[in-house]
Amino acid sequence: DLNDKAGQFFNSGHTNNWAVLVCTSRFWFNYRHVANTLSVYRSVKRLGIPDSRIVLMLADDMACNHRNPKPATVFSHKNMELNVYGDDVEVDYRGYEVTVENFLRVLTGRLPASTPRSKRLLSDDRSNILIYLTGHGGNGFLKFQDSEEISNVELADAFEQMWQKRRYNELLFIIDTCQGASMYERFYSPNLMALASSQVGEDSLSHQPDLAIGVHLMDRYTFYLLEFLEDIHPSSTTNMNQLFKVCPKSQCVSTPGHRTDLFLRDPGRVLITDFFGSVRKVEITMETINLSSPMEPLPER
Amino acid sequence: IANSYNRPTLIQLQNTREEEEEQQTTAQQEEQTKRWEATELEEEHVHDAAVPPLAGDPPAADPPSPPPSKDDFQEELVIRPLHSGDIYASFQFRTVWDADFMGDQKVSHYRLFPKSLGQVITKFSVRELHISFTQGYWRTMQWGQPYLPSPPGAELWVWFQDTVTDVDGTWKELTNVLSGIFCASLNFIDSTNTVQPSASFKPLGIGNVTDHSFLRYATLPREIVCTENLTPWKKLLPCGSKAGLSVLLKSEKLFHSTFHSQAVHVRPVCQDPQCRTTSMELRQTLNVVFDLHTSGQGKREWSLFKMFSRTLTEACPLASSSKVYVDVTDNPQGEQFELSPATPLLTQAVVLGDRRTYSVYDLTQQASFGSSRSLNMLLRWKMLRPLLHSERYVAGYGLQAGEIHTLIYNHHPYRAFPVLLLSAVPWYLRLYIHTLTVSSKGKDNRPSYIHYQPSKDRERPHLLEMLLQLPPNSVTEVTVEFERALLKWTEYTPDPNHGFYVGSSVISALVPSVVAMDTNSTLDRPLFSSFFPCKEEASYFMRVYTEPLLVNLPTPDFSMPYNVICLTCTVVAVGYGSLYNLLTRTFQVDEPSPGLAKRIANVIRRFRGVPLL
Repeated sequence: DLNDKAGQFFNSGHTNNWAVLVCTSRFWFNYRHVANTLSVYRSVKRLGIPDSRIVLMLADDMACNHRNPKPATVFSHKNMELNVYGDDVEVDYRGYEVTVENFLRVLTGRLPASTPRSKRLLSDDRSNILIYLTGHGGNGFLKFQDSEEISNVELADAFEQMWQKRRYNELLFIIDTCQGASMYERFYSPNLMALASSQVGEDSLSHQPDLAIGVHLMDRYTFYLLEFLEDIHPSSTTNMNQLFKVCPKSQCVSTPGHRTDLFLRDPGRVLITDFFGSVRKVEITMETINLSSPMEPLPER
Repeated sequence: IANSYNRPTLIQLQNTREEEEEQQTTAQQEEQTKRWEATELEEEHVHDAAVPPLAGDPPAADPPSPPPSKDDFQEELVIRPLHSGDIYASFQFRTVWDADFMGDQKVSHYRLFPKSLGQVITKFSVRELHISFTQGYWRTMQWGQPYLPSPPGAELWVWFQDTVTDVDGTWKELTNVLSGIFCASLNFIDSTNTVQPSASFKPLGIGNVTDHSFLRYATLPREIVCTENLTPWKKLLPCGSKAGLSVLLKSEKLFHSTFHSQAVHVRPVCQDPQCRTTSMELRQTLNVVFDLHTSGQGKREWSLFKMFSRTLTEACPLASSSKVYVDVTDNPQGEQFELSPATPLLTQAVVLGDRRTYSVYDLTQQASFGSSRSLNMLLRWKMLRPLLHSERYVAGYGLQAGEIHTLIYNHHPYRAFPVLLLSAVPWYLRLYIHTLTVSSKGKDNRPSYIHYQPSKDRERPHLLEMLLQLPPNSVTEVTVEFERALLKWTEYTPDPNHGFYVGSSVISALVPSVVAMDTNSTLDRPLFSSFFPCKEEASYFMRVYTEPLLVNLPTPDFSMPYNVICLTCTVVAVGYGSLYNLLTRTFQVDEPSPGLAKRIANVIRRFRGVPLL
């Protein structure tokens, strides 16, 4: 048992966490997609990933939209208890900048030289990355801003580029759109785990409308995902198998799906905080190091 | 105190205006010797070349002794009530960076100046940087001029140093870097929306630059401002959003406003009067206008808590000066609004060509916060307080009975005076005079004279006249119960469900005043002041009318469709139904009912399934 625990401690092999959260829909009636992305952003920040490690892409502004009766807020439920927009939000790509090209450039790292750090995914081969996409989609594609689409083939190829350039250690891909499972059908790179809110041929449905704001506030899958994540704290040991059970058909009306065949570890041994949080591993040493003495260079080999 | 309730008549104004002016100036001078801050600023601004005088700007920390060789931070908030009932708050945070750019020193040590901006300025050789994000449009005709104007959307203009060789390339890189710092889409600024103004945007800092090839200007009118732009802006402040004036910057209130603008201005300034060394000055400004109806809920009463949902508890410990200014120029004697807590400090400043007066709260003094350790300024507009005022309404429910309540307000602080109340109530509201009650301040108040003439149905109305003594500063309530009458069906108006009107009550009174009214000379007096003759010196005649009442009487249902349906259905049922019955009914001979024994036998046979007897 002690060996098992020790094994768990060193198991995942990642040293840093990144998150790429994308909302691809424009227009006021797609308020729920922005709310979806912001609730995942909020959970991820709460569990420890800092803004410098999050690339947040929102295709439209809902909080300060002139149709929003409560400016600077985005709510996830009509009881208006939780303002997922918060007071301390940093959006990296907003408005017209959220395009397929920019998304793929962020993933593969092929950005123009003058791109600031906050807009780059500076991951390395020991990074665990969480990618969350939401918007309107179909069988094999996801719509960006009502004007272009990304196909599942492009996405799979982008992940393969990332793998070949050693830009991730493990990657968790979550998508909340109609027919979301089609987006992960074509993946072929190792160490990818994917979750989707609905199978091919099914629509993902929204949760409930709020009559004061006038639009649907959130999608069902992400609503129950947020509820699930609110119970997670940085030291919890919940594993991925529980994440797969989020939002069964009775609550979601669609059937959420997942794919773990490309993932090398057993999902039952993968902690939620491996992807959603940024848990630092601390090694305690009993040696003392004298910091005031000059450092000696290592001997030549 | 009696003077404050004096409604000035034109005569008084004409005669005594000069006297009053003299009084005011002497009072001001007196105040000046006692309470005014040192405010003469004009000399200090000589070295800052075309600097527009910024509101209430105290002189930079330039004492006559050698200049301090470290960074300096000042914060201030100016609150200006606007004529339309809105309120304008302008924050300015000024950080002076003690680093000389004219020389060739490499800067690597950052104290108060934010490192992200400092690195940008050094790397791209920026001389001046002005960037603003605005949501909303400044309505000059309603609000006057802003302290720092800005266009809607994002605006960026930059003067580069003359050591830069490729200005366009540097400009492109600079916009990308700034888009990362401020979370805005400034990377959409490129050659298609950048211009090089040849005369308009002269440098606001020191320096005599004429070569406009180092200037670039661009605007993005579609840029949205939201919390994601405010967050990095707040992170540039030395105290962040934790202490000082920046605790007031809460996005939920700031974006629920008619106008919101945040800007960053960086420019070189002189450090000493002789301008031997220069330093970089960073001004972060935030202007916001709160609307009377959306944020103010329609009430002309503003406080820091109402505007920002926070109060001030301390100054930023890194600030050398932390002040709040409230514009009281339109309120010299305190007659338009009342500012609390009162402050003895006043300052004057010339802003946009106009000399304005400000009340100052110095947050570095512990005394400003009072005993509750928090400062919440309250501006309350003085309501008009006429001495005599009345209201009337109907109380009760249903269509049988009700009550008429008449409220008479006496706002004089210490004088009581009598009023005559006349009520004429139509005959169909049958008043029960035995239920008449008059009470002031909760206690019974017996009228000294009552004249009542009861009504006669369809002949005359009720007449009730009473002489009441109104105690000072009180509300007197007259209540009487009534019952509604059922009129004859011809007496109803064509629209009976509208209701029936009861005319206004009349209140006639001699209201105390101190002005001598001369009844003899009616010349040279405006008509409105000479209508009612008045002999008493200490009071004037006034008549006040209450609202009319609209009362519903029990009304039969006159609606035509209802009546037609009833009538038609009755005719059809009775007429046609009888005819149908007559035509289709068949008659059978019925045998007399059998005896008891036979009936029981029939029941048993029915059980057995055998034919009956």
